[in-house]
Amino acid sequence: MTPTTPPHQLQLNENGQLRHFLTTEGLSTALLTEILDTADSFVSVGKQAVKKVPLLRGKTVVNLFFEASTRTRTTFELAAKRLSADVLNINISTSATSKGESLMDMLWNLEAMDSDMFVVRHEASGAPHFIAEHVTPTVAVINAGDGRHAHPTQAMLDMYTIRRHKGDFTNLNVAIVGDVLHSRVARSQVHALRGLNVGEVRVIGPKTLIPSDFDSLGARIYYDMAKGLQDVDVVIMLRLQKERMQSALLPSEAEFYRLYGLTMEKLAFAKPDAIVMHPGPINRGVEIESAVADCDRSVILQQVNYGIAVRMAVLSMAMSGQTESQNALTDGEGAP
Amino acid sequence: MTMPQVAPLLDTMASDITRTLLGKRKQEPAMVGIHTGGAWLAKELHKTLGLKQALGLMDISFYRDDFQGKGLHPQVKPSNLPFNVEGQHIILVDDVIMSGRTIRAALNELFDYGRPACVSLVALVDLQRRELPIQPDVWGIRMDLDPKQRIKLSGPEPLTLTLIEPKA
Repeated sequence: MTPTTPPHQLQLNENGQLRHFLTTEGLSTALLTEILDTADSFVSVGKQAVKKVPLLRGKTVVNLFFEASTRTRTTFELAAKRLSADVLNINISTSATSKGESLMDMLWNLEAMDSDMFVVRHEASGAPHFIAEHVTPTVAVINAGDGRHAHPTQAMLDMYTIRRHKGDFTNLNVAIVGDVLHSRVARSQVHALRGLNVGEVRVIGPKTLIPSDFDSLGARIYYDMAKGLQDVDVVIMLRLQKERMQSALLPSEAEFYRLYGLTMEKLAFAKPDAIVMHPGPINRGVEIESAVADCDRSVILQQVNYGIAVRMAVLSMAMSGQTESQNALTDGEGAP
Repeated sequence: MTMPQVAPLLDTMASDITRTLLGKRKQEPAMVGIHTGGAWLAKELHKTLGLKQALGLMDISFYRDDFQGKGLHPQVKPSNLPFNVEGQHIILVDDVIMSGRTIRAALNELFDYGRPACVSLVALVDLQRRELPIQPDVWGIRMDLDPKQRIKLSGPEPLTLTLIEPKA
């Protein structure tokens, strides 16, 4: 079975609201802004003595992580718990799929337990989309990272962090640096930045790690850090996936660091008030110098914190969109 | 039906608050306006009464009891309570009280910030069709409307009340 409906259509209900969240591609400026505005309101929940709101009380959110993750899984879990949902974490390596149960059989079993939402991380691109097409219509699916395709909530928490620090997107230059080829984060960031009408998006890295089609997404390609970082407002570093080193795409880690590792020296090419971001986990001395990661222009830990509010926004908006779709269906029943 | 002017109602409310609520505790109360209409009114009352503690604002969308039926309000605003709720006398301000459900949600949110010493309720219009045992301590006007008619406060400049007739 292959996905048939494009993800940007599948993820919206008849009123144009989110009912799944699969990709930032094709989302309107208004909807992207609504996610950021809603997240803004959830940030204040973190300041309450009781850091919880009753919005998703009685709903069951299942974290289905087919690929290891600490930060994303725990922030999704915390986000769901702060919305008062019940959370189920399925450890796939010890679950029945490893005993030969098919993905769909496993999902149908979880649906039979009246789950309301699946948060899916999968090594195969398109897996959350596939699941969203085949679950019962009452279940919302959130993409927590699929293959090299998309990591929309990471991109949105990055957008939120940028907006907190820089305000309006239209005059900003944003550079995404490193292993763009293998990065689902980079793709989602470019779509989100373009959707929010950013001034300019640049991708910087070695030729072997920049897909040639990135200019068609609206990003400018640079192979040289000094040129690429000139006058940027935001520098987003990507993790160099060590496992890629074996595939002969790079001569050595040291060589990569020398050319593309973000040091204080290279950061000086950017604007003096440029912020430094990284989706984590960071490899100190591989793609980023410790001095940069720990300097006052680094907002890496703020990204993690904002990740909770942004995920709360996405979970509640998708559940809300699902609810409205279902109510519309029920209202329609019995009509002549 | 002619709608009453807001300014004279606010004057009456301010003097009622001074007479009945301000002396209630040793410590001066903290005021909290409920988005959006209640926040406009609270700003006016806060200024008129010269309250020293900064004004708090609350959006109760995350505490509503109709999420299952209506979903999330599309333009939720951040809540901001710039004081410690614990042990405070809180004056909640809203534009219209009808069923009492908004105030129930507001109380739930307030208690997630801390345990106030007491909470008083101020509303511009009381439509009296309560579904919960919640009553305002101070109100501008009590009105009796047809079950499907609604009142809307527009603002912030000028603050005006409009009668909304049911759709045909």
